[in-house]
Amino acid sequence: MNVTEHLPILQVVLPLASAPLAVLLRDRLAAFVLVLAATWAAFAISVLLWLQVGESGLISYAIGSWPPPWGIEYRVDALASLVLMLVSGIAAVVLPYSRASIEREIRPDKHYLFYAMFALCLSGLLGITVTGDAFNLFVFLEISSLSSYAMIALGKDRRSLVAAYQYLIMGTIGATFIVIGVGLLYIKTGTLNLADLGVRLQAMTSHRPVLAALAFLTVGISLKLAMFPLHQWLPNAYAYAPSAVSAFLAATATKVSVYALLRFYFSVFGETAVFQRLPMEDLMLVLALAGMFVASTVAIFQDNLKRLFAYSSVAQIGYSVLGISFDSVTGLTATIVHLVNHAVTKGGLFLLLGAVIAGMGGVTLARVQGVGRVMPLTSFGIVICGLSLIGVPGTAGFVSKWYLILAALEKGQWWLVFLIVLSSLLAVAYVWRFVEVAYFHAPRADLAGAREAPLALALPAWTLVAATLWFGVDTSLTVGSASRAAGQLLGIAP
Amino acid sequence: MTGFLDHYDYWVMLFLAMSGLFIVIARGNLIKKLVGLAILQTSVYLLYLAPGKIVGGTAPIVDAAFTVYSNPLPQVLILTAIVVGVATLALGLALVVRIREEYGTIEEDEILHLDADPADPADNASASQR
Amino acid sequence: MSADDMLILAALALPGAGSVAILLCGRWPKLRETATLSTATLLLLCVLALLPTVLAGGRPGVRLFELLPGLEIAFRLEPLGMLFALVASALWIVNSLYSIGYMRANHEEHQTRFYVCFALAITAAIGIAFAANMFTLFVFYELLTLITYPLVTHHGTHQARAGGRTYLGVLIGTSMLFLLPALVFTWHVAGTTDFTPGGILGDRLSGFALAGLLALYMFGIGKAALMPFHRWLPAAMVAPTPVSALLHAVAVVKAGVFSVLKVIIYIFGAETLAAEASTDWLLLVAGFTIIGASLVALNADNLKRRLAYSTISQLAYVVLAAAILAPLSLVGAALHIATHAVGKITLFFAAGAIYTAAHKTEVSQLDGIGRRMPWTMAAFTVGALSLIGIPPAAGFISKWFIMSGAMGAGQWAIVVVLLASTLLTAGYISCPSYIELSFSRAAGRRTRARPR
Repeated sequence: MNVTEHLPILQVVLPLASAPLAVLLRDRLAAFVLVLAATWAAFAISVLLWLQVGESGLISYAIGSWPPPWGIEYRVDALASLVLMLVSGIAAVVLPYSRASIEREIRPDKHYLFYAMFALCLSGLLGITVTGDAFNLFVFLEISSLSSYAMIALGKDRRSLVAAYQYLIMGTIGATFIVIGVGLLYIKTGTLNLADLGVRLQAMTSHRPVLAALAFLTVGISLKLAMFPLHQWLPNAYAYAPSAVSAFLAATATKVSVYALLRFYFSVFGETAVFQRLPMEDLMLVLALAGMFVASTVAIFQDNLKRLFAYSSVAQIGYSVLGISFDSVTGLTATIVHLVNHAVTKGGLFLLLGAVIAGMGGVTLARVQGVGRVMPLTSFGIVICGLSLIGVPGTAGFVSKWYLILAALEKGQWWLVFLIVLSSLLAVAYVWRFVEVAYFHAPRADLAGAREAPLALALPAWTLVAATLWFGVDTSLTVGSASRAAGQLLGIAP
Repeated sequence: MTGFLDHYDYWVMLFLAMSGLFIVIARGNLIKKLVGLAILQTSVYLLYLAPGKIVGGTAPIVDAAFTVYSNPLPQVLILTAIVVGVATLALGLALVVRIREEYGTIEEDEILHLDADPADPADNASASQR
Repeated sequence: MSADDMLILAALALPGAGSVAILLCGRWPKLRETATLSTATLLLLCVLALLPTVLAGGRPGVRLFELLPGLEIAFRLEPLGMLFALVASALWIVNSLYSIGYMRANHEEHQTRFYVCFALAITAAIGIAFAANMFTLFVFYELLTLITYPLVTHHGTHQARAGGRTYLGVLIGTSMLFLLPALVFTWHVAGTTDFTPGGILGDRLSGFALAGLLALYMFGIGKAALMPFHRWLPAAMVAPTPVSALLHAVAVVKAGVFSVLKVIIYIFGAETLAAEASTDWLLLVAGFTIIGASLVALNADNLKRRLAYSTISQLAYVVLAAAILAPLSLVGAALHIATHAVGKITLFFAAGAIYTAAHKTEVSQLDGIGRRMPWTMAAFTVGALSLIGIPPAAGFISKWFIMSGAMGAGQWAIVVVLLASTLLTAGYISCPSYIELSFSRAAGRRTRARPR
């Protein structure tokens, strides 16, 4: 028996098993070490899987040796391996950060519970990505969602409770819609295996229950990925959650949902059914553009930086959805590249905001006045991430924007090109609100003594900032994997 | 007359789902919202279970005496879904308890009203100066 | 790797390394200024060492790395870029000397930040000058915008912030809105963005598409300040004078018109454009900018504002000359980059000296300034002569080439525009309230101020 054969299941099981153990240990240091080991192991496994997929193309793993479609299949292709690596990589960076961060934000006797929730959330997100079974996907979705509701509720501000409650209501409605969609597909085909569904549905894509399933799945997943106008839960949830949680969720949760949407659209229903027989292309285009513009505009008028960048996330999700709506290799490449780039950028940004909270006690614009002077490194990092959101060359955001524009040009839609660049100018507006407050105001008298963030916070944050810059310069990993994944989704590349 | 009532199980499911969704949207009481959510989730159980039932069928017992089986898989799936539903409800209720502790109310409009008040007076004071 | 390649990389790395040195020496002003000056000198030597190769027809180049498949950051020398690099690196030395005096005399704060950003801006300028493809040029172009932002808002006052907003808004706005789509479109059509003599578009585009792409490029290069995207230049006048000199003479606007020339010559190809009638609108826009900006300058009372509009008008000369598409006028355009740089930096230094010594900023306050600061005003006069284009000042040569190009091409309307603008230039740069009165005896009896 060879361990490398079982990597797909180990990927999920290690964090999953560490969660109850962490609860049993009831000690924050032991829980931290345990979860950290599991998280780093998960990251290492995801890298190994990525390498394996690069060689063999596709890994199919039958759980309990029940062959698919009867048993649950874990399936890792180019896209899944990239998302696995992204999610576990972000977790591997955020977790060490969280130790120093929750010290300031969560009561010490609850720390071990936080680590348990974190491990559960991670395993849920990894499970969604790795599984090849529709119902299994729902279960993992709920695992990750339930743990993230709990983590958001741990926030210091009492509004985090209401935010978590709202997210719970919206998220559960979304998940229920997903189960309804999956149920309808199951009734029609008698299978839950995604690949098998994909084969069997080809003959019945115009049947009404299948169309209903598509509708339910689209709405359900859109709720989870905060596609405009189903994004209302997101700003408060990100704004009032503990810093580490904001960073982790902003960088992974919506990204995995985008992954689920791609999976259902391209692997299950097939691009002909979704885009050629139905006007999904136009629908998604309009929603994406509306999200890009409305959310960016709302972001400009926010006074709390975490809320500001949460709205920016909604806008950036619009870019990803826009890429899907092009229904072309370049468009999907843009979506997937943006998935990674935005995750890294926003993750870094929220980590840095957490460092600002640690130093200045809050992230309202009134409070962070002059942060450029008292915390020069941290605010410089925020500026770099902001530039990436704008899409300045040399940062990761530029690469995604390049592919989006290219995809729009391939379709010959010049007006769309201008709308894309116009919306990035809105990003200039909200990023520069921070820049002006941070650099042109004197710090508030009571905060002038604030000091630069400790290394435990700065190091993980700067890891992601460095990744933001790195992915803006060396794109072989992101673009290479993304274009291969896009080819696979559209059935062009093997 | 074929059609309308042939699939009455779906109509029941649809009625439950829509009532649940309506309660979630229309009610301001946080507990009532959770009740609505639970009804919505429960309706889905029907969606899975009803088609799995075959009249006269038994559990899949491999024996010459039984020839017609019902599909057991939906029941397994729904068992999982019930667990998920219970967990969601429990977490939701726990959140409501905490909200009640912090705000002293579980009415949505009152909570929103309370949150409209400045939570950090220092921040808001200087924010209005700008 | 040959010696030339090493020199190219050195020229690119030097200002960056210099900025680190400046940052490290931040506590000791003298050391910091030495670092600035020595970096500037080394850079000039580097560029000069590359000159013989280029003059001999060599086109050394370096490929750094591939950013996206088929899109790489690469550098290649050619005469035009060499000219720009020479102007930038030579004027950096002059400007550094001047800024040391200016910043000290005016007790400016954040001087370390100033010198660091300045050095980084020069890196970006050298990157633009040496870029081997439009993509590389674009990257450094954006970099230049961002790096100069802290310089423009140096004072950090409300006014400086407002100016900075306009500066950044227009420059980032135009480059994102027009230049980036133009770049992606070029890549989409031609499959490359390499600067190739004769252009890379070939006959793939014509008519409306070609004119449209040209418009995207011309307005996208906001640093060339073609009307109506010129507002950033006057707005940036809130900055200290050495920064204005950087913007107007050393790097920024020069990077703009340099990019315009590069695009016209190496992306479109002069012949492709000449064969296409639908691109003539550029002449109109450039001509309008020349006249319009001159008229605004004529009415501006603030000296720096007047000079800013003069720059807008002079930049449009370069664009106009490039748009004539005759070989002679292209030479004139390239020359005008250099002559205007030298002339304008003189004028700005003089303006800064007036501000430092006499704290005068408005033209109407300058009565008798020539008496009090004869040397400064003499320098100002020489700069003004060059700007008008009177021999033996350098401005004459470039104007001569542009004129001959226009005449050769039979574009008489342009000749008229050029003549009219010369008169206007003479009007705004030496109008009575200015040089003549500034030497007047009566006003000169007031307290004397020492020119610096």
